Amino acid sequence: MFNIETYNKVQSVSEAVALLAENSQARVLAGGTDVLIRLREGDDSYSQLIDIHDLAELQQVQQLADGEISIGAGVTFSQLMDNRIIQESLPLVAQAAGTVGGPQVRNVATIGGNLCNGAISADSAAALYVLEAVLEIEGVNGVRDLPIGKFYLGPGQVALEHSEVLRAIRIPAVSYRDYGTHYYKYAMRNSMDIATIGCAAACKVKAGCFDTLKIAFTVAAPKPMRALSAEKFAVGQAVTPELINEIAVLVLQDLNPRDSWRASKEFRLHIIKTLARRVIMAAAGVAEA
Amino acid sequence: MTRTISFILNNEPYTLDVDIRLSLLEVLREQGLTSVKQGCGVGECGACTVLIDNIPVDSCMYLALWADGKTIRTVEGESRAGEISPVQRAYIDAGAVQCGYCTPGFIMTSTAFVEKYQGQAVDRELIRREHAGNLCRCTGYETIICAVESCLQEQSS
Amino acid sequence: MAVGISTERKDALAKVSGRAKYTEDFAVKGMKHAVYVRSTIAHGRVVRINAEKAQALPGVRAVFTYADVPQIKFATAGHPYALDRAARDVEDRLLLTRDVRLEGDEVAVVVADSELIARRAARLVEVEYESYPPLVTPEAVLAAGARSIHPGGNIVGAHCYEVGGDVRQAEEEATTVLEARYSTAMVQHCHLENHIAYAYMEDDGNIIVVSSTQIPHIARRIISEALDFPLGNIKVIKPYLGGGFGAKQDVVVEPMVAFLTRKLNGAPVQINLTREETMSCTRTRHPFHGHIRGGIDDRGILQFLDLDVVSVTGAYASHGHAIALAGGAKTCAMYPRSVIRYNARTVYANMPSAGAMRAYGTPQVAFMVECLVEELARKAGIDPLEFRLRNVGRSGDINPLNKQVIINHGLKDCLDKGREVFQWDKKKAEYADRKSGTVRSGIGVACFSYASGTYPGNVEIAGCRLILNQDGSVHVHVGATEIGQGSDTAFAQMAAETTGVHYDQVKVISTQDTDYTPFDTGAYASRQTYVNGQAVYKASLEFRDKILSYAEEITGRVKEALTIAGDRIVYSAHPQTTVISLRDLAVDSYYHKDRGGQITSEVSYKTRTNVPVFGCTFVALDVDIELCKVTIREILNVHDSGKIINPLMAAGQVHGGMSMSIGAALYEELLVDEVSGHIYNNNLLDYKLPTMTDMPDLDCAFVELIEPTASYGQKALGEPPAISPAPAIRNAILDATGVAPTQLPMSPKSLFRLFRANGLL
Repeated sequence: MFNIETYNKVQSVSEAVALLAENSQARVLAGGTDVLIRLREGDDSYSQLIDIHDLAELQQVQQLADGEISIGAGVTFSQLMDNRIIQESLPLVAQAAGTVGGPQVRNVATIGGNLCNGAISADSAAALYVLEAVLEIEGVNGVRDLPIGKFYLGPGQVALEHSEVLRAIRIPAVSYRDYGTHYYKYAMRNSMDIATIGCAAACKVKAGCFDTLKIAFTVAAPKPMRALSAEKFAVGQAVTPELINEIAVLVLQDLNPRDSWRASKEFRLHIIKTLARRVIMAAAGVAEA
Repeated sequence: MTRTISFILNNEPYTLDVDIRLSLLEVLREQGLTSVKQGCGVGECGACTVLIDNIPVDSCMYLALWADGKTIRTVEGESRAGEISPVQRAYIDAGAVQCGYCTPGFIMTSTAFVEKYQGQAVDRELIRREHAGNLCRCTGYETIICAVESCLQEQSS
Repeated sequence: MAVGISTERKDALAKVSGRAKYTEDFAVKGMKHAVYVRSTIAHGRVVRINAEKAQALPGVRAVFTYADVPQIKFATAGHPYALDRAARDVEDRLLLTRDVRLEGDEVAVVVADSELIARRAARLVEVEYESYPPLVTPEAVLAAGARSIHPGGNIVGAHCYEVGGDVRQAEEEATTVLEARYSTAMVQHCHLENHIAYAYMEDDGNIIVVSSTQIPHIARRIISEALDFPLGNIKVIKPYLGGGFGAKQDVVVEPMVAFLTRKLNGAPVQINLTREETMSCTRTRHPFHGHIRGGIDDRGILQFLDLDVVSVTGAYASHGHAIALAGGAKTCAMYPRSVIRYNARTVYANMPSAGAMRAYGTPQVAFMVECLVEELARKAGIDPLEFRLRNVGRSGDINPLNKQVIINHGLKDCLDKGREVFQWDKKKAEYADRKSGTVRSGIGVACFSYASGTYPGNVEIAGCRLILNQDGSVHVHVGATEIGQGSDTAFAQMAAETTGVHYDQVKVISTQDTDYTPFDTGAYASRQTYVNGQAVYKASLEFRDKILSYAEEITGRVKEALTIAGDRIVYSAHPQTTVISLRDLAVDSYYHKDRGGQITSEVSYKTRTNVPVFGCTFVALDVDIELCKVTIREILNVHDSGKIINPLMAAGQVHGGMSMSIGAALYEELLVDEVSGHIYNNNLLDYKLPTMTDMPDLDCAFVELIEPTASYGQKALGEPPAISPAPAIRNAILDATGVAPTQLPMSPKSLFRLFRANGLL
């Protein structure tokens, strides 16, 4: 039994926003895989709930005429993995979704919840960073867009006002068309684990050279992070193992993983370097093919 | 605080007033469906797996009132008129049952898996990936994988 | 015939249909829920405790603190009572404690109408502590001037022996001597069903405890000791049990629920520990820290092994030094031709208490021995398998420790069989050129020896009762407990085999109830098929004789000419002819007015032999040096466990043990902060129990050497599979990389340090 003190099941996002605005203690409940765990742990700051579980308006995956793909915040990871649009146009997102927890968790956990709890290990974050996703956020004053790079503020902290709700994650066509992508989640187990380091890369290769490279990491800094210096360095250079080795060293300039009981900083730095190399190599392979 | 919810449970319609604070696990156990086991309470072991609209879900992390309008299956409903299901039979024949505590949850995951991949070529890696949310400490999973394989073989033959 | 066949498990249908009832599944009206108030520090003393806010919460029925419990220190280990006072377990527990010895120690308990209320109330109990520096490492615990965690000091037990000759002399004959330090991690059983028990009273004089325990009869005695309550007035019931692996060979929550029901006027009170509590506040496997030396002569013959180990038992003794004692003793039969010196100490520390866990100290000792043996072989330039074949014992050897002749020493047979099934020589050649680059491959082998029960350390007593029902079916009552390992099925097979009654007509009563179940000390030490197997055999012989005698009485046919075939009494020489059906005989025995009576037999038998079992693991694996990850390609266990009673279930035992050892080798460790004593990962997310995606295909084989001392030729099997996979994996990593891991687990974090220190990264 969870210590739920107040509970409101809403019929729309705007209703959720209105209720949040009324109650400074209220929290949003979606898939439940995070909030219900905190309640079980006795964290009473989650005891006033606004429930958006199963809200139809948050469960759409749509491809617009211009190719932009909009993913409702309430879409579960399993739905993402099975969705044809995602499989065809955003295989990176499907790949990242497949690394979340285990099947039961993926069947209920939502991509919106994964982002909004601010975890630096969020399995979808690195992919959405390299896809330069735009977050569609609804508040009392309407809807605003925020690039994902500005969404994370620090561990457990995101740029959502108390009364705001994430509606959708949008990925413009320019961010995914003609890109080769790859994601690797490094963890201590092959399933049911928190990433030690997550790494996503997207690149375009023209005439054997990097036209663009985007590479992002989770758990490699106080928030998910792109390695911009390395990305810049790569542009225009020939895709060779030597270059990729150089990039893999350069990514460390933009990152600052922490030392914790889960893994030492030294170990994480080594994994970052290793993943950078392998993930870029794989993404370039896809791009070239 | 209670809500009235209606759902189909193991082919039977139910309408219940449930305390909003209850997990689906608790409500199912109150209904006598004690195959639904709590091993961790936080979705890390899968012992409480049930099928909601044929999808495996950890019932410990699922509010009971979310079951409103859904179809729920637990392992109790898999045996009909004294006949156990092919998946249940496969678990016995493969030797996949030891202490039995993870077994109901595992069988529900396998049931959804076998129904989803009916007639398709399935390798051990896919079986593993789709059963990774259920922990077992007795079997090392070997015989469970064999049980799932035998269900798929039976269907294709 | 039923022995040697993969008969269907007796409890399989109940379990797959979800109807098998475990302790939590018995709904009791008015159940109260108790939750411990656990210390937030690892070492110290409670200065002040205030439960006012907790008591004020609606639904809270009682709060008890350390001041309210009997001041009787008791031991929790599930051992038979020892007549010799010096051999008894360490009595170092109170129901609740003022002295805090681990993070999560039990200083108070709250009883409420629901678990939610009880947990909220437990958080409202205010406790003020005086803190002492936590002592976590053996160095800290044994340092001069270290604070005593318990009044008697920090050493729980110590012993030393030197057998098979003299180490100093053997060392002189050795041409190569190596030494190393190895350590193993604190791992946890992770049985899927947490610790749970409830108790109630039907009158003021009797307590009924329903518990998920491996040891109902012992639990009854310990509850009696802890509460100073008459043993005969306590009844312990053990329903189906969701795994134990040794963690439930300890009395953990039973005395408390018995205490609470008495305090609450007989109301039913349950303690259902959370996963987090189960992982850090019940029992774990003892971490061992060892220094080992060994020497070989120029023919590659192992001259001596010299071990010095420290076993860490944590906050409370539980099984204490018995683990280090058994771990050493059970390893001696592997290399009985060498001199073995074993020096062991067991120490307290401010961390989770260690108790019994599958194979009871042997995985730790065997890891050290099989690591060093590997290095000796490599140093001598001898193939590791060849080296073992040259040095392991042979049938007829004398175990240097207990001076018993080893009638069947199946280790060489296991190694030979493994060599063939695993294709050792072919793989060795294939992998020879995969020793460079990022992904390297290697093969490894490791051996073990174990025992069948605890004799002569403890009494080995088992009880079995057979009853002929009115329909001709047979009920078997045993004190030995089914905990998932399949003992009920094995006993039914044995009873069917010896009586001649059809297996389907034999039912083993799975629930133990100490008021009527024959006495047996429970499920541990891989003792059940070997020890209780004797009792089942004797009771079945007696039962068969009674049935045939009664058949003679009814039919006038000479009983010596008769036998039981399924559901009929037939002529031995002409089994087609039914003399009388078992059903007709049974009905007659119950209801004939002038003859008969209920046909039963009951045997309580003490086994006074203990035979070693043997086996080995072969493994092939890849090491991704950069990722610091190991992928097992193939793994095979080969066992000499005598006659295999049920091949399918035996394979299941082997798979399960292998997976536990693989977990310990590559993934699992319960992490304690050395400074604060804080436990980081007492949950199934942060404690890396392998999932199905982490576990390779598991393979096993048996060499069935028939054991002459046993009723059906059988020997121990339950625990042994959990011993040799970890050292075999370690040896394969060494083979692949040229670098020798010295500690468990060989997780990515640990391999990173190792590879970096050795210049691979």
